[in-house]
Amino acid sequence: MSMSAIRDYGDRALLLECNSTDEVLAFAAALRAADIAGVTDIVPGARTVLVTLTDPDHQASARTRVAEYEIASPANSVRPVHPDVVIDVIYDGADLADVAELVGMNTGDVVAAHTGTLWRVGFGGFAPGFAYLVDGDPRLLVPRRDEPRTRVPAGSVALAGEFSGVYPRESPGGWRLIGRTETVLWDIDRPQPALLAPGMWVRFRAVDPP
Amino acid sequence: MTSLEVLGTGPLALVEDLGRPGLAHIGVTRSGAADRRSHRLANRLLANDADRATIEITLGGFSALIFDGDLDITITGADAHPAIDGIPFGTNSIAHIRDGQVISLGAPHSGLRSYLGVRGGIAVNPVLGSRSSDTMSGIGPVPLQPGDVLPIGEPSRHFPEVELAPVAAISDGLVELRVIPGPRDAWFIDPDALVRTTWVASDGSDRVGVRLIGAALEHRWPGRQLPSEGVVRGAIQVPPNGQPVILGADHPVTGGYPVIGVVTDADTDRLAQLRPGQPIRLRWSRARIATADPPDW
Repeated sequence: MSMSAIRDYGDRALLLECNSTDEVLAFAAALRAADIAGVTDIVPGARTVLVTLTDPDHQASARTRVAEYEIASPANSVRPVHPDVVIDVIYDGADLADVAELVGMNTGDVVAAHTGTLWRVGFGGFAPGFAYLVDGDPRLLVPRRDEPRTRVPAGSVALAGEFSGVYPRESPGGWRLIGRTETVLWDIDRPQPALLAPGMWVRFRAVDPP
Repeated sequence: MTSLEVLGTGPLALVEDLGRPGLAHIGVTRSGAADRRSHRLANRLLANDADRATIEITLGGFSALIFDGDLDITITGADAHPAIDGIPFGTNSIAHIRDGQVISLGAPHSGLRSYLGVRGGIAVNPVLGSRSSDTMSGIGPVPLQPGDVLPIGEPSRHFPEVELAPVAAISDGLVELRVIPGPRDAWFIDPDALVRTTWVASDGSDRVGVRLIGAALEHRWPGRQLPSEGVVRGAIQVPPNGQPVILGADHPVTGGYPVIGVVTDADTDRLAQLRPGQPIRLRWSRARIATADPPDW
């Protein structure tokens, strides 16, 4: 199996188009392990992997290397029994009732759905340490808020589109807030500042407020 | 140890080096000097190692006192009429500044960013392997303020070999930038409108992106959402309003607006010198090949 297309992305990067998140993550992991000369960054997206290069001279050789690269067909939706990370959540978010209404459940069922399946880190963006979590319960699909909030507290657990996410720090945001966590998603003084990296599996666990 | 005390910053003065490569997957953009060529030239003139930090000064107005030692310095990038104790010296040349003297910059007539290099480099503590200020994420040193005292690093074992470098003047008129088509040019009704329009740099431009003003580009599928994908400096994103944004050094690591083309790596340094109001023409640097419809996302 190989990716569906490789496009030049300017003169110092390549964009690999994939068919699924599983494929994106499998390719990103395989390319990282391959340690191809001249590669600076490997950036998973929702359906693509961006490979940035140290300089334009590496574009042709990297394109050849990447095109030759094949990975075993990723096992679709095989979820591990144990997550890489467990995040304890107090489910008292300001939008929890709205989310319940939007998806036609009661709030208890929303919490059960959010905690009932493992989520996978698909890709990053928005802010350091922010992870777009994918492959959760498909019933939890909700649009963003019409009016983004100017201030969302750090640790807010939220939903938007097919994604869930945790705000790593206070910022503006348009996602629907269903809860909050004390877990620190981003700490620049840790050896690994980001708690979540692409490919990791996450379980949310409901806890009572202290 | 020789130190530098900031007396005045002008509109914005930042410590920058070549940034933080390799962390984009956890949401940390590369950042680093906006005009890497001028930053590198400063280090080269001073025989500094390439990883040393300089001060990126936007629209001049910066001044600083050197104390506890003498120092070789240089100013590259926009010519902001540098002077030591009021006596002018040339941009792109080495100047010797003595203990207690003041380096000051006026306002550049063309170009946007000047780089103050010092022999040994600005030696603030690195964050995630770099001394760069990332203005979008707030990683790295905060913007400089009057009163800040910055340590100067140990000089390299090499010595400067040339007194000045010949550098073409930065244009204050029409700037032409080369663009490689795609990857999402098919998402526009008439992608070639990008290279037929004379654009103007907006005053909303910064290190995150240069915003262009001109005839709006028309999206082929206005209701369609591009799944988020990685972006680079130089990527020309087109939000729903059709006014392109060319991403700069502090760009987000992923984006959801289609990228119609990408400015060549070399020309992103010239982009960093564009002033608000300056006209820009974009030119395809490779033939644009009409591609098939995108995958059925």
